[in-house]
Parts: sequence; C-alpha cells; structure tokens
Amino acid sequence: MTVGLVIVSHSSKIAEGVVELAGQMAPNVLIVPAGGTADSPPRIGTSLEKVQKGLVEADQGDGVVVLTDLGSAVMTAEMTLEFLAQDARSRIRLPRAALVEGAVAAAVRAQSGGTVDEVAAEAEAAVVSIDPESLEPFVSHGAAAPGIPVPADKPRGTPVRGAWTIRNKMGLHARPAAVIARALTDLDAEVTINGVDGKSVMLLMSLALGAGSELQAEATGPQARAAIDYIGREVEDGFGEL
Amino acid sequence: MALNAQWAEAWLRECARVLAEHRTELIELDRAIGDADHGENMHRGFSAVLTKLDDGGQETPAAALKLAAMTLMSTVGGAAGPLYGTAFLRAATALGDEREVGASGVVGFLTAARDGVVARGKAEPGDKTMVDAWTPAVEAAGTAEAAGATAAEALKAAANAAQAGAAGTEPLIARKGRASYLGERSAGHRDPGAVSTALILQAAADIAEREQ
Repeated sequence: MTVGLVIVSHSSKIAEGVVELAGQMAPNVLIVPAGGTADSPPRIGTSLEKVQKGLVEADQGDGVVVLTDLGSAVMTAEMTLEFLAQDARSRIRLPRAALVEGAVAAAVRAQSGGTVDEVAAEAEAAVVSIDPESLEPFVSHGAAAPGIPVPADKPRGTPVRGAWTIRNKMGLHARPAAVIARALTDLDAEVTINGVDGKSVMLLMSLALGAGSELQAEATGPQARAAIDYIGREVEDGFGEL
Repeated sequence: MALNAQWAEAWLRECARVLAEHRTELIELDRAIGDADHGENMHRGFSAVLTKLDDGGQETPAAALKLAAMTLMSTVGGAAGPLYGTAFLRAATALGDEREVGASGVVGFLTAARDGVVARGKAEPGDKTMVDAWTPAVEAAGTAEAAGATAAEALKAAANAAQAGAAGTEPLIARKGRASYLGERSAGHRDPGAVSTALILQAAADIAEREQ
C-alpha cells in the first residue's frame, strides 16, 4: 500500500521544494509537484490542468492526499475533485493542513504504509503537534500557530527511561528522525525525546542532535518498554549508518 | 436579442472586450488591496475564452458557458479562476438544454452562479468579495422577474444591482482572500472581484439589449 501525494502551491518552486524536503523522509512515496500556472515558465498561480495531471500521476490505486498552500490553491484542488469520476474521487483526500508540515508528516505516514485516511489525518495533526513552548527559542509564541489545547493529564503509569550517546556521524538528521517517529506512531505509548514529542518528525529534527550528543527518551503507556527498547537499538546501531 | 446560444457567445466576447478595456483599472484596484494581478488574470482568461469560441459549435447557452468555465479554470491562475469557473459551470448546469433563456431562467442561472461562488469561496455578503456584487444581482433579477420583466430587463436589473454592490464594497473591511491580510487597511477601495462581476453582468445585459 502506497498513498501518493500532490503538492499544490501558487509557486512552482515552493511545490518542488516541498517535494524535495518530504521526499527526503519518504523515499518510496510518489510525491508530485503541481505548482504555479500551466504557462512556461510558470507564473504565480494555480492551474486546474496541472493539478489534474498531478492527481493522475500520483494515484497508484491506494489513494492520493493533496496538500495545498493559500486559499485559491484549495479552491482549484476542490474543483479538480469535482471533475473526477466518483471512483477516483473516493480515493482522494484534501486535508486541512499546513503545506510544509503537513506534507512531511503525510509523506512519513505514507512511507510506513498508512491508508489514505491515516495519511490525511497525519497531515492535519502536523501543525497542532508543534507546541510553541517546546520550540523555544526557534519561534516566538506570537508567531506560532495557536494549536489545540493539550488535554488534561490522564493516568500514565510509571515512565520508562533510557539515554544513549548518538554515534552516527550525521546525528539525528531527517531520515533517522522519520524512522523513529514512524516506529513510535505504531506503538501504544507516549514518548518524549529530549523533551519533545517522539512521534513528530519536525520536532525531532528541531532538536538538532549531532554525533556525540545524548538522546534521552521517556515513555509511558502499555508499550512504553517496547518504545524505549526500539529507540535504544536504533541509536546503538547508528540508525543503520555505521 | 433572444437569450440563445448566439447571445451567450456574444456575451462572452463582450466580457473579453470589456475586461481588456478595464484591465488597468482592475490591476490598480487589486494593487491597493491584493496582489495586482486581477486585471491581468481576467484579461488572459477571457482572451483564452475567445480563442476557444473561435473553434465554434456551441449549440446552447449552457454549452458556451461551460466552455468558458473550463477555460477560465485552467488559464486565470488566481482565485478568480476557480470562482468564475464555478459560477459559469453552475450557471450552465442550471440552464441545462434550454435553447432560449426566459426571465425565470435568468434568475435561475444567476442564483446557481452566486451559490457556486459562495460555496467555493465560502464568503458571505459583507466580506468585501465578489459575493457583494452577485447577491444583490440575484435579488434584483428575482424582483424584476416577479414584477413581469423580460429576460433582458431582468439582466439589466441584475447588472445595475451588481454595479451598486461593487461600489458598496468600498468602505468594507475584507474578511476573505488576500485582502483580508490587510485588515482595516483594506477599507477605502472597491473590491476588484466585485467590480469584475459587475462588468461581466453588465456585458450580459448590454448584449441582451442589442438588436440582432
């Protein structure tokens, strides 16, 4: 099962850039840019024709998630869906997601074999999973999205902890961050790594943990032990890069 | 003239002429509160419609309007593409196979077009968008039709109301689209989309009034 992605932006460069970035974390996912108008060279704008072609290209039968930037990109994507046959349309999702964060999160989920609904849900959750407090000093509170209030603490049990030194030369870069986030998503456990949500690729990358730095993980929930063991194995193995 | 396929084609050609004529004005309006491309985009879109019309073969008003819808959606580029595309497409659907549109048909296709714009853009009257021209146009056409107006008179009432509606966007603060990023600074300028809507409906009325 591989869900494809289509990136609709007013700018062809943004669409291609998002494809490049998200592709780093999901090498087997087909991500198609549909940016700018259909002119050559493309102008700033969106094109029904381009989005239509993108959808055809990205649809391998398991569905397509469409990520868009500003307002009229959404309208163009909606129009494109209206023109599709019911069968094709039923495999396509247009989540309410921020373009960059949504595309990265969706690509990671698609890479691990998510259904089209799971991939779309992941895209929608991406922005609100970024907690401004934990991103300090990277963003100011004023500039960050308000997000969704964190639910009140539920009973979590005794946390399981682990700490390891990162051995691979590149540190916790995009690919390992995606590997960890993907694996943790499938486990029934709440995991923080150096204080951030271990299931968020973006937050793991924002830690900028290089070779020699210490990775501290803390997990609660039924599969907390499995989560900690998994992280430990990956770090010790240098994420397969040693 | 009767509101048949020839009228629809002549209307679209008149749109292209009028939008070329008002290209700079729309650009200036959009420069004030948007990204200065509305005039250029509309001009480009309707120029492409002209080329498509030259291929001929539109037997009903709906066929001509649908052709325009598809062309605008692929050539305009900005928000006006999907919005006018939806408007013309829904209008075409409302007209169905009708060969000649009467007054109630005018009300029907204007209503469908307006509803399409509202659904696509999710704007309401007062948001400083083209809805502020479409909505009074629909209401005026309905009132005229109820009073026994001809199709051409209903279109004329719609065009006049759209013109007034567009003028009425001047003091409003934008709540949709790029102009909304300006907040209160968007007040003091007419909305370019409302102005182009008024031009398009005026073109429809002018052609309807014309002797064949």
